[in-house]
Amino acid sequence: MDLAIEIVISVLLVAAGVFGLVGSIGLLKLPDTMTRLHAPTKATTLGVGGALIASMLYFWLLRDTLSWHELLITMFLLLTAPITANLIAKAYLHRFRADEVMPPTGTDRDWATFEDEAAVMQPMVTSTTPIAPNDP
Amino acid sequence: MIEYALTFAFGCFGLGLLCNLYRIFRAPSVVDRVLALDTMVINIIALLVLYGISSHSGVYFEAALLFAMTGFVSTVAYCKFILRGDIIE
Repeated sequence: MDLAIEIVISVLLVAAGVFGLVGSIGLLKLPDTMTRLHAPTKATTLGVGGALIASMLYFWLLRDTLSWHELLITMFLLLTAPITANLIAKAYLHRFRADEVMPPTGTDRDWATFEDEAAVMQPMVTSTTPIAPNDP
Repeated sequence: MIEYALTFAFGCFGLGLLCNLYRIFRAPSVVDRVLALDTMVINIIALLVLYGISSHSGVYFEAALLFAMTGFVSTVAYCKFILRGDIIE
């Protein structure tokens, strides 16, 4: 029984290592920033998730101490990875708007962060004109 | 067997850290550097968890949790600074 547990934990650890390495190599090898964004956000989340599950199984089944920290870290990473990816993509789009090197969206609409509603809700340049008083 | 798998995973995440370091020094834009820093934090969390397994201690999970939180906040702060030129308006 112990051998089966060790095999499962070892497979999880090796898979986690391979995923982490693939994510970091993808950061080097992929052609532009939007595709580079894809590699670490998916692969290292899987990598860290595999390592955390392996650690949880190890402490639970072989050391008899069940700890919930790993699940907490996994949940936190899974919650924050899309937020950081979204913010990085948004920073990239707004930074390179002026240079006209935008990647195509694939549809006839523009990137959502440049459309009118988004521009009104989050103006990139603070307006200096005072708001007109609505006198009758 | 777990020791060999741990050594392999240590090597993989260490190589990943080196890749990220190269990307931080040579990147086409500042956004790539922010992305490389974010990936670096994630790799360091994985290394901390692996070190916790290899030293049979649960202390490192608190450190990993702290790294996850500060890494997230710092990435958001970098992105806000690139977007708006200011972090807290």
